[in-house]
Amino acid sequence: MNAPTRNEALGAFLEQDYVAGFETRLETDTVPKGLSEDVIRTISARKGEPEWLLDWRLEAYRHWLTMTPPLWAAVQFPPVDFQDIVYYSAPKSKTDGPKSLDEVDPELLRTFEKLGVPLHERARLAGVAVDAVFDSVSVATTFKKELGEHGIVFCSFSEAVKEHPALVRQYLGTVVPPGDNFYAALNSAVFSDGSFVFIPKGVKCPMELSTYFRINARDTGQFERTLIIAEEGASVSYLEGCTAPMRDENQLHAAVVELIALDDAKIKYSTVQNWYPGDKDGKGGIYNFVTKRGDCRGARSHISWTQVETGSAITWKYPSVILRGDDSVGDFHSVALTNNLQQADTGTKMIHMGRNTRSTILSKGISAGRGSNTFRGLVRVTPKAEGARNYTQCDSLLIGDRCAAHTFPTIEVRHPTAHVEHEATTSRIGEDQLFYAMQRGISAEDAVSMIVNGFCREVFKELPMEFAVEAQKLLGVSLEGSVG
Amino acid sequence: MSTIDAWVAHQRERACQLPGAALPWLARRRADAIARFADLGWPTSRLEGWRHTSLAFLDQQALAAPAFAPHPAFALATLRAAFDEGDHWLVFVDGRFAPVLSVTGMLPAGVKAGALSEALNSAPDAVEAAFGSADDSASPYALNLALCSDGAFVHLARGTALEQPLHLVFIGATGAADTHLRNLIVADANSEATVVEHHVGGGATLGTVVTRVQAAQDARITHVKLQQQDAQAIHLAQIEAEQARGAYFASHSLSFGARLARNDIRTRFAGEGCETLFNGLYHVDGRRHVDHHTLIEHARPLGTSREYYRGLVDGNARGVFAGRIIVAQDAQRTDAIQRCDNLLLSRLAEADARPELEIYADDVKCAHGATVGQIDEDALFYLRARGIDTDHARQLLTYAFAAEVIERIAHAAVRKRGRGLLLSSLPGGARMEALQ
Repeated sequence: MNAPTRNEALGAFLEQDYVAGFETRLETDTVPKGLSEDVIRTISARKGEPEWLLDWRLEAYRHWLTMTPPLWAAVQFPPVDFQDIVYYSAPKSKTDGPKSLDEVDPELLRTFEKLGVPLHERARLAGVAVDAVFDSVSVATTFKKELGEHGIVFCSFSEAVKEHPALVRQYLGTVVPPGDNFYAALNSAVFSDGSFVFIPKGVKCPMELSTYFRINARDTGQFERTLIIAEEGASVSYLEGCTAPMRDENQLHAAVVELIALDDAKIKYSTVQNWYPGDKDGKGGIYNFVTKRGDCRGARSHISWTQVETGSAITWKYPSVILRGDDSVGDFHSVALTNNLQQADTGTKMIHMGRNTRSTILSKGISAGRGSNTFRGLVRVTPKAEGARNYTQCDSLLIGDRCAAHTFPTIEVRHPTAHVEHEATTSRIGEDQLFYAMQRGISAEDAVSMIVNGFCREVFKELPMEFAVEAQKLLGVSLEGSVG
Repeated sequence: MSTIDAWVAHQRERACQLPGAALPWLARRRADAIARFADLGWPTSRLEGWRHTSLAFLDQQALAAPAFAPHPAFALATLRAAFDEGDHWLVFVDGRFAPVLSVTGMLPAGVKAGALSEALNSAPDAVEAAFGSADDSASPYALNLALCSDGAFVHLARGTALEQPLHLVFIGATGAADTHLRNLIVADANSEATVVEHHVGGGATLGTVVTRVQAAQDARITHVKLQQQDAQAIHLAQIEAEQARGAYFASHSLSFGARLARNDIRTRFAGEGCETLFNGLYHVDGRRHVDHHTLIEHARPLGTSREYYRGLVDGNARGVFAGRIIVAQDAQRTDAIQRCDNLLLSRLAEADARPELEIYADDVKCAHGATVGQIDEDALFYLRARGIDTDHARQLLTYAFAAEVIERIAHAAVRKRGRGLLLSSLPGGARMEALQ
């Protein structure tokens, strides 16, 4: 097969648009653009927060003012004007907030339906409890009652602050301190909502919990905060999905996710990130600057991150695990795809502190078009982490000769009994692989899709089934137009 | 006064006595270099490339008094005994060429090997072309340019080959003065040579060394560095090569000595079809620190690079490896492999590894791997089952792990010397030597 044919085939394969790029017209309640102590006080007041939380926010804000944006990531973008962002935008409703699904704005429900979020009866069929965050506030949480019977708390963050202040206060900021990094500090100051999950001792959560995030209003940033606590022996699987409408300007998304696993607890956190990536010329798209960290606080606890990153103009995200408890386990499974002018700098940190802690890192990066994809990781074995074990594998797949794939792992070992291994490969879709598939009557597009999906299979199998299907489709869509 | 100011004052004072002081181009480059050094200061762990090796302590602390000073003639005699009669030797004592101790023997026509200080008088234009500037240098290497007092200047004319290796011996004899050496190796098309750098002595001084290699079309240059300085010395070194079409460059770095040793080794493929081998071994114990930062820049198509580093880290020591491979958009059909493996031999030792790939081309084969671990229990059991005691079995396996690096050195006498150095640095080495 000659090269032009291959390119044409790939090119045809890549002509698909961002399907979640619609905008929902709703009345919203927003605060003016810009950031100041007054804005933070306004956000806090609107949400009726207790004073300690306002103080916490203000402290984070004051710390943020002393910090500078990090520049070490392998991504390029003009400086963000933090005074040109709307920090709070909520869909307006007649009362203070929807009490049940029936009270939710039907327009909004249609939006989620378009997105395929199984709210309502569809949720029951899918067996997924959904907390949907629209711009800044959580609009509905399904399956509350059933979860309540198990003692599980699954609600929006603002609700948790009202209903379970002691829990929030005990755990908030203990994994990602307010001054952790520039964007975490910003989030701590202005976070508007997010999800809160508490699984009490010994409870296995009977269904998958899920949050859907959507940025809708123009000029808004989304700063959600998620906190998941699994007590001794508890377990939970949590899913997160994200979309945004298509716009010419860039929008900022700076979230913080904190996971806490006590003795024998297990938390599995899966993300399918499909924020608007910008158009073919790199115009518009979401800046996804996220801090995600899990703390295996208890012995034999287990935290697992799975992510499929196909959206966002720029991704800057390192879901990490602190392996504090003895025999605790941390996993990171990732597929990151960049097409057109997308840039992703993503990876993980595994900090081994307890004895016999184990971690696995599996990262698959796909670069197409003029996309740039970076894996950046840290595996640290501290002097007390006897018998620590890490295995890391990062593979990169290149599609087209204008893309870039980088691997920047760091290994720091301070215990002689540790075993740390890192392996990485970089290659492209082989002519012979394509030829083999096409010879058997498979079109070039399908062949590429098949090869890419095969490349990512090890990660996809970690995803809950319905998410795995979505991820596979997304991958196909996101690759459109990468060559030719 | 911070030591930075002291260094600047020191340079101003010394400048007029440095070789080539009368050459305007050199004076200008030295002035730029010291300005750059003053501007940057000593690198600290805040700089990405120095995250694991901070030199901030050099800003606060005056260098300690000499601890040990070997006699140059003695050190040299031991060294020379290990090699063939016909080898060529250029010896530098405390940063100055020592003609009395040097034996260059019969050099083939077209091969020049002598002191940089002399070449600055006899062939200033050739030196200027190869000298380099400090424009992009890290601050220690800018300081090197500003203060370099001597070094070797080697020129291989088109098609010449040096059959016996050329040894450059750098002896820190009095251990009282800082040394700054600059070696320039210019290899014209189709020429070939093996250059061995020996660094011994040094006391408690600071030393910087910059070695620059220009390999023209199809030239083949092998560079071996044997660093066995005193346990108090600070050794900061850069080896930078540029390869034209089809050129081969090998860098072997065996690092056994010094309190702190930093090696920045880099090459750039400026033509198609270049090949390189980066091969390294380090053994540190006590509170010592060794750091290798390598960079292989595949700027043109069809390049092949192989990189293998191994480290033995014992005591309270720290071993650092950071290797970066850059494949430019134009560098299609690149084939690159990089590996770094570390053995941690004690509870307080630390090994850090950063194997990095930066790829902008799609038709490439690149792989890298890094490991940190300990001796394989199964292998240990196997040896013990054959009546070898645990300690000895451990030593044998450690030696075997490290010796793989040394076996990649093509030149037999140099390889033998490398083995000898490894054995003398390992506990139980004498017993293993008897087995050979």
